[in-house]
Amino acid sequence: MNDSSTDIEKAVLKEYEYGFVTNIEADEAPKGLSEDIIRFISAKKNEPEWMLEWRLKAYNHWLKMEEPNWANVKYPKVNYQEVIYYSAPKQKTKVGSLDEIDPELRATFEKLGISLDEQKRLSGVAVDAVIDSVSIGTTFKAQLAEQGIIFCSMSEAIQEHPDLVRKYLSSVVPVTDNFFSALNSAVFTDGSFCYIPEGVHCPMELSTYFRINAENTGQFERTLIVAEAGSYVSYLEGCTAPMRDENQLHAAVVEIVAMEKAEVKYSTVQNWYPGDKNGNGGIYNFVTKRGICKGDNSKISWTQVETGSAVTWKYPSVILKGDNSVGEFYSVAVTNNYQQADTGTKMMHIGKNTKSRIVSKGISAGHSNNSYRGLVQVSKNAANARNFSQCDSLLLGDKCGAHTFPYIEVKNNTAVVEHEATTSKIGEDQLFYCNQRGIDTETAVALIINGFAKEVMNQLPMEFAVEAQKLLAISLEGSVG
Amino acid sequence: MNMTELFKDQFAQLQAEDKDSKLSAVREQAFSAFNEFGIPTVRHEEWKYTRIGTLFTKDYKSQVSGKTDFSAKDVDAYRLPGHKEANELVFVNGQFVDKLSTIRSKDLTVLHLAEAAKNEYSEIVSKHFGHSSDYLKDGINALNTAFVKDGIFIHVKRSKIIEEPVYIYNITDAAAENILAQPRSLIYLSENAQLQIIETFATRGTEDSFTNQIMEVIVEKDARFEYCKIQNDSANASQVSTTHIRQTGTSYVNAIIVSLNGEIVRNNTNVVMEAPHCEAHLYGLYFQKGNSHIDNHTIVDNVMPHCFSNELYKGMMDENSTGVFNGKIFVRQPAQKTNAFQSNKNILLSNNASVNTKPQLEIFADDVKCSHGCTIGQLDEEGLFYLQSRGIPEKIAKSMLLVGFASDILDKINLPHIRTYVDHLVAERLGN
Repeated sequence: MNDSSTDIEKAVLKEYEYGFVTNIEADEAPKGLSEDIIRFISAKKNEPEWMLEWRLKAYNHWLKMEEPNWANVKYPKVNYQEVIYYSAPKQKTKVGSLDEIDPELRATFEKLGISLDEQKRLSGVAVDAVIDSVSIGTTFKAQLAEQGIIFCSMSEAIQEHPDLVRKYLSSVVPVTDNFFSALNSAVFTDGSFCYIPEGVHCPMELSTYFRINAENTGQFERTLIVAEAGSYVSYLEGCTAPMRDENQLHAAVVEIVAMEKAEVKYSTVQNWYPGDKNGNGGIYNFVTKRGICKGDNSKISWTQVETGSAVTWKYPSVILKGDNSVGEFYSVAVTNNYQQADTGTKMMHIGKNTKSRIVSKGISAGHSNNSYRGLVQVSKNAANARNFSQCDSLLLGDKCGAHTFPYIEVKNNTAVVEHEATTSKIGEDQLFYCNQRGIDTETAVALIINGFAKEVMNQLPMEFAVEAQKLLAISLEGSVG
Repeated sequence: MNMTELFKDQFAQLQAEDKDSKLSAVREQAFSAFNEFGIPTVRHEEWKYTRIGTLFTKDYKSQVSGKTDFSAKDVDAYRLPGHKEANELVFVNGQFVDKLSTIRSKDLTVLHLAEAAKNEYSEIVSKHFGHSSDYLKDGINALNTAFVKDGIFIHVKRSKIIEEPVYIYNITDAAAENILAQPRSLIYLSENAQLQIIETFATRGTEDSFTNQIMEVIVEKDARFEYCKIQNDSANASQVSTTHIRQTGTSYVNAIIVSLNGEIVRNNTNVVMEAPHCEAHLYGLYFQKGNSHIDNHTIVDNVMPHCFSNELYKGMMDENSTGVFNGKIFVRQPAQKTNAFQSNKNILLSNNASVNTKPQLEIFADDVKCSHGCTIGQLDEEGLFYLQSRGIPEKIAKSMLLVGFASDILDKINLPHIRTYVDHLVAERLGN
């Protein structure tokens, strides 16, 4: 097994690929958080009065809240007064076409493999790119508008579609929901807004790419997706950050509303900078994601591939309010070195004949800790609710940990709920079998891990599946258990 | 007077009366822990689904001077079948009563805990007494230790096999007033020893009783400990019952808990595997109706490699009852080659019943096989139809299926007398 330890070291030494810093002049707010900063952000964004009030309400509530500490993660506490809450790439005027965007910025996105220009037409993905705090460009807007689809940055939506924003913003995640959602509500600077009108099947994948660039900044974006009756949308989200020694904070909120017979598929490939091999630096990823199946027969599906971040704290959930609604959660969480992930989902069955499915695959290596924390709740009137949960953990190396905390609360006697979980390592017999057939150990491990995660990977849209598989390989290359 | 002040007074009184006791220092420590933790609320993660705060709003009779006029004849009503061939230990209102107890096995040493703390067993007592508080950090556990004046100490010598089972009766005399009883026991199985314990709880009278019990067990190398707890107390009786087992040598443990009645029943069952190749089986059956609340918390802590544990808890919840299961498996970093299994299956029989379950794994070693599973559902419709199609009335068919569901656990009870007795209780509950 001596080989294996060197292989693990190799994997551990694998550097983060997206750790470059782009030298873009940024327009920043001073450090710290106060009412003035919120007024500053709101004024900067030229927001209407109600928006400012909403933010201040969130801020005042946040002041009364305590940072939660129940998650199975340990990290030095964030000093909220040391964070820069607003940082925007300097732009003289609002850009009309993508050609006018700062070439440095465009080069950044080229490096990330996110081309903002028309090349993307080939793959048919509409992209909204958010750097630090501000959305810098959305592609394919015109084509989408033809069908009545609104896909733009959140700040633009507040200006152009205030009624829709006002109606749905914080309708799924109330500003008072939790510590980080309140903080986000107070200071969020941008994000994506997406509205699919009744009966429209969105013709392309919508995608947002987030990047933290400037030093000491926190990224607080807010995404709101509204799918009207009978509509369909598939939404992708990706993120990266430069390598820095200090920890940076990312506290986003994503809200999804699905009306009758609507379907929303939300996929994330999260690859924030995880810190170096000694656990220095990296992003704190404290995210609130929640969707509501408001109408009957609606469906929300979350798929996530979590490979980055020093500390992840994220539970994409679904409120199954409409009858016959369906919620799904597919997750692969990979932790290496000193990463910590506490992630899972909540499925709240309220309507009749609701169904949910949870498939969570955790892979831990190095000194990392990976936790699944999930809640399946069947309320009293949720007749014939059905849930199936499966959470499997794979341990690579003997210094990492895998934990499962599934909460199951059932108040209806027609519900059928199943949960199963296993923890194992890659079997020596499996490796031997592969070796015996001429497959070298490293390829065999990749093969087995890919097989382990396949159920989730299959759920990803094509554009992301390739990236996700690459990421998985990078994160764990050569980690023989 | 509120409970906190009452406890304070009672504690001062106990410390003054019993100041020479070896246990005095332990009590002092526990009482400050109690003041620090307080009575657990639902904000305490381990008490998320069980509200016991209301139990402390009642006025309880002083637990220090809890004397009773119980006679052997009074105990007869609660005796278990087969008691004539068994050792019987009787607790009344949390205090061990010698004159009501019978020791038949010559190799079985039963002493008052206070006495054992002074003589040749003092080392064992000081080493193991209160170990459960390392695992249960809450005010309830501390409360028992804070008021431990006496209790029992059971010792089985090396290579001695106790053929006759030990029956422990926890009787609460709530005929006249509300009673808070806090029985305590420490059990030590030396190398290669064997012991079987059957424990029951009973309340006399219609006033409320609250039993807060702790049993700590040490199982040495090659020893074998079998334990069965039957909870069929009245609907005005609540209890927090802790069984904390340490496997200090390679040994075998089998623990079965059958819970059929009670107001609020909370069981903490812990097994700490401190030696390689230990084996432990934990089984539980809970079948509740009325407004009763049952909460089973288990911890299996794998400290050393090559251990095996198997856990199966099955529940049937009827009427307005609520069931809670929280199973924890820890696998520490040195505990490679651990095999740990856990399963919790529930049937909801009524629309007002509910179940909260949380099977939890915390694993720090990589070469392990661990799995857990849980299900919540109803009676198998096809099975029911099959039986009915063969002329079996629905009611009988249902109870046949339920008995079948329960038999997985009942089959694990080794003593024929007890097995028959529990079968009878289950049948009674099913209304046959």
